[in-house]
Amino acid sequence: MDIALISAAYIVAALLFILSLAGLSKHETARDGNVLGMIGMALALVATLWLALRGSSALNWLLIAVAMAIGAAIGIWRARIVEMTGMPELIAMLHSFVGAAAVLVGFNTFLATGTEGSDGVHLVEIFLGVFIGAVTFTGSIVAFLKLSARISSKPLMLPARHWLNLAALVVSATLLVWFVVSHSIVPLAVMTAIALAFGWHLVASIGGGDMPVVVSMLNSYSGWAAAAAGFMLGNDLLIVTGALVGSSGAYLSYIMCKAMNRSFVSVIAGGFGSDGAVTSGDVDYGDHRETSADEVADLLTHASSVVITPGYGMAVAQAQYPVADLTAKLRERGVDVRFGIHPVAGRLPGHMNVLLAEAKVPYDIVLEMDEINDDFPETDVVLVIGANDTVNPAAAEDPSSPIAGMPVLEVWNAKDVVVFKRSMNAGYAGVQNPLFFRDNSAMLFGDAKERVEDIIKAL
Amino acid sequence: MQIGVPRETRARETRVAATPKTVEALVGLGYDVAVETGAGERASFSDEAYAAAGAHVVDRAEAWGSAIVHKVNAPSADEMALLRPGTVLVSLMAPAISPDLVERLRAAGVTAMAMDAVPRISRAQSLDVLSSMANIAGYRAVVEAAHEFGSFFTGQVTAAGKVPPAKVLVAGAGVAGLAAIGTARSLGAIVRATDARAEVAEQVESMGADFLPVVLPEVDEAAASSDGYAKEMGEEYNRRAAELYAAQAPDVDIIVTTALIPGRPAPRLITAEMVATMKPGSVVVDMAASNGGNVEGSVADELVVTANGVKIIGYTDLAARLPTQASQLYGTNLVNLMKLLTPGKDGQLVLDFDDVVQRNMTVARDGELLWPPPAIQVSAAPVVAASASSKQVAKEPEPPKDPRRRYVGMAIGAAVFALIAAFSPASFLGHFTVFALAVVVGYYVIGHVHHALHTPLMSVTNAISGIIVVGALIQLGRWAGGMSGAILVLAFLATLIASINIFGGFLVTRRMLTMFRKG
Repeated sequence: MDIALISAAYIVAALLFILSLAGLSKHETARDGNVLGMIGMALALVATLWLALRGSSALNWLLIAVAMAIGAAIGIWRARIVEMTGMPELIAMLHSFVGAAAVLVGFNTFLATGTEGSDGVHLVEIFLGVFIGAVTFTGSIVAFLKLSARISSKPLMLPARHWLNLAALVVSATLLVWFVVSHSIVPLAVMTAIALAFGWHLVASIGGGDMPVVVSMLNSYSGWAAAAAGFMLGNDLLIVTGALVGSSGAYLSYIMCKAMNRSFVSVIAGGFGSDGAVTSGDVDYGDHRETSADEVADLLTHASSVVITPGYGMAVAQAQYPVADLTAKLRERGVDVRFGIHPVAGRLPGHMNVLLAEAKVPYDIVLEMDEINDDFPETDVVLVIGANDTVNPAAAEDPSSPIAGMPVLEVWNAKDVVVFKRSMNAGYAGVQNPLFFRDNSAMLFGDAKERVEDIIKAL
Repeated sequence: MQIGVPRETRARETRVAATPKTVEALVGLGYDVAVETGAGERASFSDEAYAAAGAHVVDRAEAWGSAIVHKVNAPSADEMALLRPGTVLVSLMAPAISPDLVERLRAAGVTAMAMDAVPRISRAQSLDVLSSMANIAGYRAVVEAAHEFGSFFTGQVTAAGKVPPAKVLVAGAGVAGLAAIGTARSLGAIVRATDARAEVAEQVESMGADFLPVVLPEVDEAAASSDGYAKEMGEEYNRRAAELYAAQAPDVDIIVTTALIPGRPAPRLITAEMVATMKPGSVVVDMAASNGGNVEGSVADELVVTANGVKIIGYTDLAARLPTQASQLYGTNLVNLMKLLTPGKDGQLVLDFDDVVQRNMTVARDGELLWPPPAIQVSAAPVVAASASSKQVAKEPEPPKDPRRRYVGMAIGAAVFALIAAFSPASFLGHFTVFALAVVVGYYVIGHVHHALHTPLMSVTNAISGIIVVGALIQLGRWAGGMSGAILVLAFLATLIASINIFGGFLVTRRMLTMFRKG
């Protein structure tokens, strides 16, 4: 009877998780979705605790309470203080926790049951769970370090790095055979070390601008790790949840890759431009035109429709608050202000949306690329704030460009384009941006936050 | 080095080559600027304003004696005498149609740079006076027409009766034509425009006018010009265009013609017969009157009234009729040129003939004739067309993969799976069913998530991944004294970090979602 009740609770929890993700598909239902997720989680925890603690001693109670209290305290503390610009780091860190938990649970399962004559399938499940967990763990830690700028976001270029990755996989497969045959902990431990190094190297060789893909990929891995844990524990709730998260992360990675017109493999293999892509630096694009905050203010006052296309630079400069101010001021004057968000803008899928929401920009004027691209010809002024490759006309017009074919925001079709930039340096992809030299674009150099504040003053 | 700005002496010239604003910019480039007394008088710039901007106000001889001389018009014979050999003279020169002037400049040993010989490439647009002056002239052409026209431009319904809007036809949609279209539109007229280049139709329509295409039996590719100007057209085209103008003439009130090909006589667009069919009181502005006129019967610098009461305006000084603005734009074009010629910003002029812009503009230097310059292909149009077509090539879908290969792949996958299933316990298959279905459900559920919510989505998936705590909890709860201490430690740690995910993930999602507000 108990077991049936617990299974029922797990089924309901799994359904609630599905409904939770479904709720997140729209702004209107997103908050309810989150609440459904919480209820599902609470249900699952209560059922599990009941299952785990029947007939256990007070020590078990105490240990669980302490562990969960410490975890909850840390989680709540991080969630409260995190800056919205720091979301990518937090998410990466949370991924690493799932990975670490999967490794720990895997080892524990082996220690508890594995040595006794358990069948091969079970051992394979443990092995795979630990492997995916370990890769997720170190991969997410590197992503976290890169995103928080604790280490350089440049791709790490080891010689023969593809061979190293391949070797890690082959050796791990060999270790799996040994593990299943011997039931020894040694191959498991060796494989864990290799998987940790493999995860580290995998993400270290991917550059900063590909982070949206990496973060969604790690999201996916953390899901597969949970699903693998579900297999080894024979727990359907874990399997369902892991599969949900795994496929959601995979889908997000796919969207991100499509937005960059790159294959998933090429992103994972790492290093944009490292495969000898041409950076056609010797082409004469002509001169760029510099403008001033006063002139931009003037331009904006006379405009009837304005589109702002932010990029990672806006997050770096923390410019979302002045940008929101500027938006509010212009809207008061009856100017139609909208935002155009490229899918890979920022370091996390949907990063720009969160930043703008934090600064209280209403979400119904924040549009995605496909919604706004056709409106540029009727737009008076486009403000490009800290974006570069995502507004590069070379992607659409120059088939020899390394970013050719990548869908971009076609800002150059607008009447005037103002580009906020710190200097004339090329963007992440190392590709020169002909947009800067167009007749209808002007450059506004300096810190994006200060420049936007200057414009607000001049209005 | 000193830049001299003499007073213009040509009849009806009101412009000046520098304004107080541009003087400031030139001083900023490191030059001394000497402005002749009264040079800006007719453009409403006083000597005091120049002095305040940092210029020396000097007499005629000293202005002409400068190392660099900025002028609007080419120097007259008298002025040539004031030039010293080696001086850099920058002004309008029309080198293509004034060989005498070019020869005299060469003989005088000056470095002569023609502001009207700037190649039409994007990079040089900031110094292209033909564009900046044409813009002003186009505006003024409509203002002159409105001045002579006896009615409103805009349609009105008044207590005293209905006023129909004026109909304006603009021939030629270059810079001047587009400016004329914009001006006439903002006065409220119905505007039509025509041009030999079909590719400008979009620009015409963007200004609010109707484009009247000249329909040809076969598309004439040659019309897409390579040097940025419209070309003279073929016989058949001219006949069709004439039919178009003949049909329009009786209907419209105002005609503005802007067809001017540099260095050639202006094409005749409107014949006397067409003018004769126009309504009395109609106005024709011939912006090409200086080169012979687009309109039969137009006289340069004169207003002619025909027998049937149509006024033909042939003013050639349209830009100069807005002296303040024209001087400012001309002066700014000169400043942009000087920026190009002063790479060190140190007041030292450096000519670099590897730069096509500088080479193209220089007609004579040190007694050497440099006109005409080597030809350059400058128009953007053909390049754009080429890249557009290559874009199509690039976008061509990859050839569909052989479907048989896909089936083979699926068959192999199924076989491998069957093999695994055959050797695994029944419970595994049950779990696997759940897994496979959940993957599919996840894919469809996530596919509908709005882009803007991807970050909250990730944080909520983070939170629910914390469900892995279930495994750790059971291990921790079931631990008993006889089991290894390592299990206890590992389970404790796993519970702890998974709890961080659960609580942190849900909370941060909630925090984010409360920030999303509708406007």
